[in-house]
Amino acid sequence: MGERTKVLEVDDVTLRFGGLTALDSVSLHIDEGEILGMIGPNGAGKTTAFNVITGVYRPTSGQVRFLGDPLTGLKRHAITKRGIARTFQNIRLFGAMTALENVLVGTDVHHSAGVVSALFRTPRHRREEAEGHEAAMELLEFMGLASRADELASNLPYGDQRRLEIARAMATGPRLLCLDEPAAGFNPQEKAQLMDLIRRVRDRGFTVLLIEHDMRLVMGVTDRIVVLEFGKKIADGTPAEIRDDPAVIAAYLGVDEDAS
Amino acid sequence: MGPVRTALDAMARRWAGMPRGARVALVVLLAAFFYVLPLVRPPVVTTQQIDFGGVMFGIAAFALVAVGLNIVIGYAGLLDLGYVGFYAVGAYTTGVLTSYQFHWSFFAALPVAIVVTMITGVLLGAPTLRVRGDYLAIVTLGFGEIIRLAVTNVEWVGAAAGIKDIPHPPNIGPDPEPPFGTGGLFTIPSLSWDGLVPSVDTGRETPFLVFGAVSAIPYYWLVLTVLILVLVADRLVKDSRVGRAWEATREDEDAAELMGVPTFRFKLLAFALGAAIGGLSGALYASSQGGYINPQSFPLLLSILFVAAVIVGGAGNRWGAVLGGALVAYLPERFREFSDFRLLVFGLALMILPVYRPQGLLPPRRTIRARAAQEEIDELEGRESAQKEVL
Amino acid sequence: MDFSFLANNIVELTVTGLALGAIYALVALGYTMVYGVLQLINFAHSEVFMYGTFAVAWVFVFVHGRTPSTQTLGETIGLLLLSLVAAMVVSALIAMLLERVAYRPLLKRKAPRLMALISAIGASFALAELMGLRDRVAGWVGLRDDLDAYVAKARDTYSNPVTIQPQTLFEVGGYGVKDVDVMVILASLFMMLALDQFVRRTRFGRGMRAVAQDPESAALMGVNSTRIIRGTFILGGLMAGAAATLYMVKIGSTRQDAGFILGVKAFTAAVLGGIGNLRGALVGGLLLGVSENYGAALFGTEWKDVVAFVLLILILLVRPSGLLGESLGKARA
Repeated sequence: MGERTKVLEVDDVTLRFGGLTALDSVSLHIDEGEILGMIGPNGAGKTTAFNVITGVYRPTSGQVRFLGDPLTGLKRHAITKRGIARTFQNIRLFGAMTALENVLVGTDVHHSAGVVSALFRTPRHRREEAEGHEAAMELLEFMGLASRADELASNLPYGDQRRLEIARAMATGPRLLCLDEPAAGFNPQEKAQLMDLIRRVRDRGFTVLLIEHDMRLVMGVTDRIVVLEFGKKIADGTPAEIRDDPAVIAAYLGVDEDAS
Repeated sequence: MGPVRTALDAMARRWAGMPRGARVALVVLLAAFFYVLPLVRPPVVTTQQIDFGGVMFGIAAFALVAVGLNIVIGYAGLLDLGYVGFYAVGAYTTGVLTSYQFHWSFFAALPVAIVVTMITGVLLGAPTLRVRGDYLAIVTLGFGEIIRLAVTNVEWVGAAAGIKDIPHPPNIGPDPEPPFGTGGLFTIPSLSWDGLVPSVDTGRETPFLVFGAVSAIPYYWLVLTVLILVLVADRLVKDSRVGRAWEATREDEDAAELMGVPTFRFKLLAFALGAAIGGLSGALYASSQGGYINPQSFPLLLSILFVAAVIVGGAGNRWGAVLGGALVAYLPERFREFSDFRLLVFGLALMILPVYRPQGLLPPRRTIRARAAQEEIDELEGRESAQKEVL
Repeated sequence: MDFSFLANNIVELTVTGLALGAIYALVALGYTMVYGVLQLINFAHSEVFMYGTFAVAWVFVFVHGRTPSTQTLGETIGLLLLSLVAAMVVSALIAMLLERVAYRPLLKRKAPRLMALISAIGASFALAELMGLRDRVAGWVGLRDDLDAYVAKARDTYSNPVTIQPQTLFEVGGYGVKDVDVMVILASLFMMLALDQFVRRTRFGRGMRAVAQDPESAALMGVNSTRIIRGTFILGGLMAGAAATLYMVKIGSTRQDAGFILGVKAFTAAVLGGIGNLRGALVGGLLLGVSENYGAALFGTEWKDVVAFVLLILILLVRPSGLLGESLGKARA
């Protein structure tokens, strides 16, 4: 396989909160078009790493580069516009808006029509609304949510809410899609469906970063896995390599029941 | 309260189910009804002790303010307790430009008043919209007081004595000739009622279209027209990327930001637009029948009443804001015979309403649907967790 | 700007500012505690305070009649203690009533937070108007004449018949510090210290902090949140009653709308110090009282309130969660 574009590079990143070192010189990268899994026992620094990547935290030292450029100094909404989108571990949809409108908010990232355009219904406003609507409906279709487009997000069943969050993130047209424990609260059958969904998302050309507790899901769907423990990276390789890595086995054995 | 509640909900549902053409026709009819209402002077509704046209002017002006404040509170979810400050800025800009320092015409001063108020909104919002939501309430409350105290103490804007002789909007048709001329293109008589029998009352005529001391109705027509225009604009903006961004920000600011919504910019926009409408209302108020403003016209209490209007009507629904504004302006005037008790009754009503209509009289349509679903869920769960959270 | 006036009167301005600020702080506690527990701006707390001021005046009228007289602080101390108890009881009762009538029904119905604010505003209007109409109310029950001394001047300034004449206690820099100011400051500090200890050391205080931090977990841990909420209102009422007594000592008269501006100031003080934070209320109150006085000296009395609000905006810009940070739940009370 030839050299692929690196979508994201985390270069020797350390993050300290007061005396606590949450991330300790972590380096990793994500290639275009791959599904990278990030795993580790509770408190290993997964969520922290996730927040550094999505620009919520700024590293104490080291650098995060996205498509070759550092993310430092960008506002959070600007990072999304650049091409990093995420879902939330505990679902954070806009509850009083419909499913369709939730996705429309995502498509709006690349729109610029403001008050004046809206007031005079300018061609730009019409074009953007039409484009956004079409893209959003297509995504809802893809997620199997088209029939619920007009329902309030807060009234959707749990599984649909999870899928809607992914659709909303995809609507921003990201170069990197970060999923934060998307299988939380799912039963085995739903998890299988989710694995299938994540593969189909990748097949549409998305690069996916997956943080997940469920080992079987991560092993089954990712191309490569990064393992964190106590804020350090302890392994990085294909699922098969990770499965046999002694350091990973030591970290996980008996430590975390539902991760095995 | 029970039957009122069901009737309102049923109306809202039927409205949502109507075809578009029927809705437009109904709105046009409703607007026409309100234009002629002060001439028809229907029994029961009409205030007896004070001029009904003046009361209708107050209602329309209050509804306009409520629609503006609804953008800030209802759409963007920002609790503004100092809205009277913007109202005052609009009124004083008009007063200063047309009377106290300069002698511009009303229509020259109006856009300037709107722009000045909008800039005031940006200047206040830019530093303060970054602080957490509830703090905004007290900061804006302070702003309202600062404006009032400033106009009380600054000679250049009239200080405590205020500004008088603010010109009215220009008349259409000939000006009235002193001493008793009515002016205008023609005059329109009102109706008077003997029980349920109407008759034409030629003693109560409204010159078309003279903004003078004879009749408050032309001022009412002006404000009503402005209100309708603002409602249309409100709908166009709400139903766009801007409206969605406001709603997303209100629902979950962090999530909205991470979905690429520049939340601060949109909050500032809501604040500025709300301020502009407040300024517009203030300018109309300044040039209304009396043509006189002073610092006492803008007490802190007025801000509280504005907020009450929006929330009583149903924050987030423009028709709710109109209804809330109208009620808050009308009820105290209608029941003037109980004038000593009207604030007491108003206070009690504000206490009772939330118990029966926790979402306001006309909640946003979506909330109706959401609540229907919630009620089903509650019934299924046997309401065990009714005590938890929310407040 | 008149710097020399400020410099020449710095001691007096500071002492009277602290006294006024101490009263703000006591009232601020009521706002801050309720906010900490319910995230609700208890708009009607100003009326809780206002009813306290009337309780004080009525105790004096009951003992002295309406004939005005002048006494020193020492001569009235016994009567003041009696009226302190009365004011605290009355204010606590009003606060309890508020909780029961204006908030609990909404809590049960899961009304949005803004609606609770409307209910609070309504309660505030109703309570203030009821006081302003007290002569009419007495008339309805046929006691207008019997209660004349208490319900007179219903919409007017109602004075305490006994004017307390401040005595110089000691001198600092040529200014005689008055016993009244010293008493107000010390009494406020004592009340706040007592409250602070109560919240930190008792089971009730722990429950309060638990509910403030996370109502659901607190409920799971067996904390009775209804009881805690009621207790929080009562505590706020007790503090407001004490504040009302001190206010009557210093100001000497009240009205049905006396609570409004003081309430706004007290709420400002609470936000200034960091809402939800008990010590923040103290710091915010004192700072507000003193800076108002300094501001009035520099720019003229008419700008006094502007100074207070500009200060608030400036501080929030630098420290968005107030001087001492917020939250009753976090770390310490």
